[in-house]
Amino acid sequence: MISLILRRLGTAIPVLLAVITLTFVMVHSAPGGPFDEEKAVSPEVLVKLNERYNLNEPLVVQYFDYLGNVLQGDFGPSFRYPSRSVTELISIGLPITFELALYAILFALMLGIIAGVISSLRPNTAYDYVPMTIAMAGICIPSIVLGPSLTLIFGIQLNWLPVTGWGDIPGDKVLPTITLGTAYAAYCARLTRGGMLEILNQDFIRTARAKGLSEFRVVVVHALRGGLTPVIAFLGPAMAGLLAGSFVVETIFGIPGLGRFYVEAAFNRDYTMILGTSIFFSCLIISFNLLSDLVAASLNPKLRDQ
Amino acid sequence: MKKINIASLLLVVFLSACGESESKVDSALTAQILYFGNGTEPKDLDPHTVTGVPESHILMALLEGLVMRHPEGLDPLPAVAESWTISEDGKTYIFTLRENAIWSNGDQVTASDFVWAWERMLSPSLGSKYPDMLYDVVNAEEFNKGIITDFSKVGVKSLGTKKLSVKLKNPAPYFLGLLAHYTTRPVHRPTIEKFGEIDTIGSKWTRPGNFVGNGPFILEDWQLNKVLKVKKNKLYWDADKVRLNGIHFFPVDNATREDLMFRNGQLHVTSTVPLEKIEVYSKQYPDLIHIDPYFGTYYLRVNVKKAPFDNKLVRKALSLSINRKEIVEKVAKGGQIPAFSFTPPDPNSYFPPTTLEFDPVLAQSLLKEAGVSQEKLPAFEYLYNTSEGHQKLAQAFQQMWKQNLNIDVELANTDWKVYLSRQNIGDYTIARAGWIGDYPDPKTFLDMMVSDRGNNQTGWSNYEYDNLLIKAAQSTSQEERFKHFYKAEQILMDELPIIPIYTYTRVYMLNQDVKGWSPNLLDSHPYQFVYLER
Repeated sequence: MISLILRRLGTAIPVLLAVITLTFVMVHSAPGGPFDEEKAVSPEVLVKLNERYNLNEPLVVQYFDYLGNVLQGDFGPSFRYPSRSVTELISIGLPITFELALYAILFALMLGIIAGVISSLRPNTAYDYVPMTIAMAGICIPSIVLGPSLTLIFGIQLNWLPVTGWGDIPGDKVLPTITLGTAYAAYCARLTRGGMLEILNQDFIRTARAKGLSEFRVVVVHALRGGLTPVIAFLGPAMAGLLAGSFVVETIFGIPGLGRFYVEAAFNRDYTMILGTSIFFSCLIISFNLLSDLVAASLNPKLRDQ
Repeated sequence: MKKINIASLLLVVFLSACGESESKVDSALTAQILYFGNGTEPKDLDPHTVTGVPESHILMALLEGLVMRHPEGLDPLPAVAESWTISEDGKTYIFTLRENAIWSNGDQVTASDFVWAWERMLSPSLGSKYPDMLYDVVNAEEFNKGIITDFSKVGVKSLGTKKLSVKLKNPAPYFLGLLAHYTTRPVHRPTIEKFGEIDTIGSKWTRPGNFVGNGPFILEDWQLNKVLKVKKNKLYWDADKVRLNGIHFFPVDNATREDLMFRNGQLHVTSTVPLEKIEVYSKQYPDLIHIDPYFGTYYLRVNVKKAPFDNKLVRKALSLSINRKEIVEKVAKGGQIPAFSFTPPDPNSYFPPTTLEFDPVLAQSLLKEAGVSQEKLPAFEYLYNTSEGHQKLAQAFQQMWKQNLNIDVELANTDWKVYLSRQNIGDYTIARAGWIGDYPDPKTFLDMMVSDRGNNQTGWSNYEYDNLLIKAAQSTSQEERFKHFYKAEQILMDELPIIPIYTYTRVYMLNQDVKGWSPNLLDSHPYQFVYLER
């Protein structure tokens, strides 16, 4: 187990370095800069601004300066929000995005596992086809379509739920959660079904049934533990994907999360913010992958020695 | 089945949490809180470094200059300055500040606050993007460009705590109008010095709790990408007149979502209306939709350094083959007015004698005269930034030029920063552009086309034009100034380095509870006059 962690951390460093280098090169080679504005900035002012943000140095010098700062945990000030540091912006957006992602994943697990188990118990019958068809549709509908559709139905036509905001009006967290979680619920359902089908055909399940255990005990206690392995392996990347991919949902519902900062940073050529969030998201993805591997290993003894 | 049951159970639980409640706009009637759709998230609240319209809306609540904009017209009203005198040559202004003008922490607003604020704004190392707002002041430009470093040589002096003198290079009849702009407002020196130096960009003085202002409202709360709240400043000199208890500015940069919020009773005023809804709402909600004339021009920039557009006949042909009436009525559809000059005419005073006609036959013959044939004119690029509205207009121009001149145009749709940077370095042929006046005077437009100005960007340079602007600056009477400006407009409309298309309108939704809100050219609505009543 410890060697697994060490090995993963060992590969994390070159991965992060590659992320920093690639992002750095890409943002600086993109046309347009942070100080291009509709009211053209005079050359004298531009010189001062470049000096202040260390942009007058050769790119290589800037790169190593930046690396040095990052090592000390300093992502620098944002260009778009001059009075805020990148770290501050991340700390403003992250809790909100995290909360949204957490609700979405809980929603996905709840709906997905139940649907998956139901399908796996009576494969190739209507109990299988109906949830799986819905799941397929759930995977296919992008949130940019689902969000506005839900808004239109539940927000405008029925007027049941608020259409915008986060934590302002009771119920305003429902639609974003469903919008973000649906695709993941669908994946969960399919993965649960696959995992369960494999386990349900194994000898120990037959033994459990032969012992006369109730079907509920067989499914929930014995089969589900193994059957959920693919779902757990999927959780890490899913959580990372939810965190980094919540931009669309955050925009549709006006949620002040990190996803919006991340994408807007690119449009604003906010160099420090693009780099800071990219590094941050890379770290998140690496840690979530590691975490889900550890959970999978603790559930499945076979994986521990690998 | 189980799945469906649980899902519906969950839904019921969620829904029971949200019963029928009165909308925010309803409860605002007693609370007197204005809910304001403010476009994008403000970059900062430092009047000397920001440039945007959303920032200007907030700064109008938090800081007050020597004068403020009139809620209905263009003439400024006294604000921190109670009165002023202007010398006969129009170059010396003496302002008398109000005895009861104080900062939100109780300090007096003094003349030296203005002197220090202007020194800060003009400090080259602060990198203010609007220093030219004060370039009419003696030696201000020299100080800002680092030619002189002694600020005492700049023409702004404190003559005692409540007397301020300002000396101008030229008589500038629009100078009072400039003083309503947020870049010329005072800032609280001890607060700024507590968090940094005079030229520190982005220190924490603009945060709630730190911000000390002198406007009718004070900063209460600022949650990024969510809401910025201001509440009534009880120490404001005219606090008795202020009827609103607070304003909540919502950064909603998505027009569709803003529209939903307005219809749900979460906003009193929006920053825009979704393009496709303008026509519908004009019929459905004529009392709510507002289409106000705006001091801005939508125009095309032509890179005159690129053949064949270095020939003014070709530029004229392009302009003559655009049917502006059709553009505003069938494409833009927001009540815009076809433009015939660079500066939008202001019915009170400024009415340039220029015309821009639609005449495809003349356009063709001009093209022939210029010796430009289909073979000689390879397809050129039309640059615009990603936006549904710009896209529709681009397609309309493309079609009109194809139909009327048989020339092919390729549309180059780029993101905002690429669009700006390509114009800045002259890497374009024709680009869309827009300009909104900063102060109510033609100079805010015409000055842009002077040779080598940062926003000229066309490569066009005309000695006579430059000279006319200098003459206008030196004129003492408004009549004489306008005569020079009219001539300058005529040169511009003859040479057409820029091709005006239409005068902007401000299209927005306004709840009928909002009173004291009058349409005006600069879209400026001082909150002192606004209140909510049904």
